[in-house]
Amino acid sequence: MSERWRLPLRFVALGYLLVLIVLPVGFVFYRAFQHGFAAAWDAVTTPDALHALWLTLLVVLIAVTADTIFGVGTSLVLARHRFRGAWLLDAFIDLPLAISPVVVGLSLILVYGHTGWFGNWLAAHGIAVIFSVPGIVMASATVALPYVVREVLPVLQEIGTEQEQAAATLGASPFAVFRRITLPSIRQGLAYGITLTTARVLGEFGAVVVVSGAIEGKTQTMTLFIQASIENVQPTGAFAGAVILALIAIFVLAILGGRDERGSRTWRSRSPQSPSDTEMPLLSTT
Amino acid sequence: MAEVQLTFPSTPSTPTTQGRSKSKPPSTSLSKLRRFLANVAGPSLSVTYLSLLVVLPIAAILSTAFAGGWGAFWAAVSQPEAVAALKLTLLCSLGVALFNSLAGLLIAWVLVRDEFRGKRIVSAVIDLPFALPTIVAGLTLLSLYGPNSPFGINVANSSIGILVALAFVTLPFSVRSVQPVLAEFDRETEEAAASLGASSPVILRRIILPSLAPAMLAGAGLAFARAVGEFGSVVLISGNLPFKTEVASSWIYSLSQSDSLGAAASVSVVLILIALGVLLGIGMLRRRFGGTEAI
Repeated sequence: MSERWRLPLRFVALGYLLVLIVLPVGFVFYRAFQHGFAAAWDAVTTPDALHALWLTLLVVLIAVTADTIFGVGTSLVLARHRFRGAWLLDAFIDLPLAISPVVVGLSLILVYGHTGWFGNWLAAHGIAVIFSVPGIVMASATVALPYVVREVLPVLQEIGTEQEQAAATLGASPFAVFRRITLPSIRQGLAYGITLTTARVLGEFGAVVVVSGAIEGKTQTMTLFIQASIENVQPTGAFAGAVILALIAIFVLAILGGRDERGSRTWRSRSPQSPSDTEMPLLSTT
Repeated sequence: MAEVQLTFPSTPSTPTTQGRSKSKPPSTSLSKLRRFLANVAGPSLSVTYLSLLVVLPIAAILSTAFAGGWGAFWAAVSQPEAVAALKLTLLCSLGVALFNSLAGLLIAWVLVRDEFRGKRIVSAVIDLPFALPTIVAGLTLLSLYGPNSPFGINVANSSIGILVALAFVTLPFSVRSVQPVLAEFDRETEEAAASLGASSPVILRRIILPSLAPAMLAGAGLAFARAVGEFGSVVLISGNLPFKTEVASSWIYSLSQSDSLGAAASVSVVLILIALGVLLGIGMLRRRFGGTEAI
């Protein structure tokens, strides 16, 4: 393509990004602090807002831990063992990415709601899932379930089992093999998987809004608080809450690092086996 | 899960180690425990977790949708409000997928071929819709293009608002699908065509577009699948006016909150089938043209 197209194309491309992404996100920051920092601070330190923040952190803690354990375990199973139905397990792991979050929430109601498959059993044992915190945790864990597997499994498949075998033949226990050999080689992929999982759980709205009932001060997470603030015409609270989540999203992008010319994450093109790789933002090295 | 077998020996029995090994091999009870963990406990824990969160819930959607037979399912999805919502969703998703595949091509082109300061920031901005919570995305668009717009542009409560929200959340798919293909594109063909007197539009139409078509189609498919199920970013700006700006996921949401779970499950089945069909198609495209998974 000739040189004279270069500038017009750049202008149009950057203009589209400016109008679609940069200006709207920037304007939210302006609206949040429009009436001063104090007003924004007051809006996100009301009891309801603080509770929403606390609940979001609780949900992140539980859902991300569960997804991480599942993700590492499942990646090990899929990478190291051959068994019938492995492809089915693999296909089901990706399913939450293909399905609307609202449908994910609905599907949980159909199993764990009061008219659901386990509804009677749960009610008989006094366990509330839907319209309660366990439901929010499950909905969040479901939508974010694929990320750890998708980051860790390729690394495990690439590094093979030679080092693990060597350690095992030298008498290392399975736990020691995992801690000393497997974990150090997957830690980078794992860190990114956990980062993506955390970002998704923090920001999940569709799946959570269906199962939560959005009871203020009880089952209202940060994203539900933002929606409720808009509906109750308390824009400062909504914008300030949005700024908190937007800052976290920008932080997440910073952790994930840049992309090369092909658009691949630069960390992915690095060899996962290099032991001198010290660039570890999330997990300590020992 | 009965036929689990290890692909690497978990007990030290290879000939190389037997000669110099001083330490005793692990006791049989320990190796039994280890084998049990590897062969039975690990896979069954994974399967249980996946069943509780994904498999059983999806099975419940199917069984609830068809609990009243085909008749009830059909009644739920052919209800006027459901038809209107599905139609709006499909049209908007298709429009955005097509528009963004062109915009994505343009942006990927600029990222690959153009050089300017701050290109890395532009690349990071494209990822922002991935990382930004959907409700925050909806709020940002509502604040700039809603009733209190500083530019006086109000697209809230209209299908244009839906298009803007879907364009926002699907842009990364469109860009990142074409970018790797464009980066590896052989420039010699282009230069040869130019030296033979082909104009830029001709080169674009005859040389670049044909080789990018599979990647653009895959990107459009991913964007479409995402758009069909989108809720958080759309819900604020669309206003959810029945028959006008109510998308399928909003309709499912209101059904689920009014305890019409059967109808909600039926419409969900339609959405799931559309998304899975599109993703299967992308998988076939990738196998055929050997594309990479950029997302």
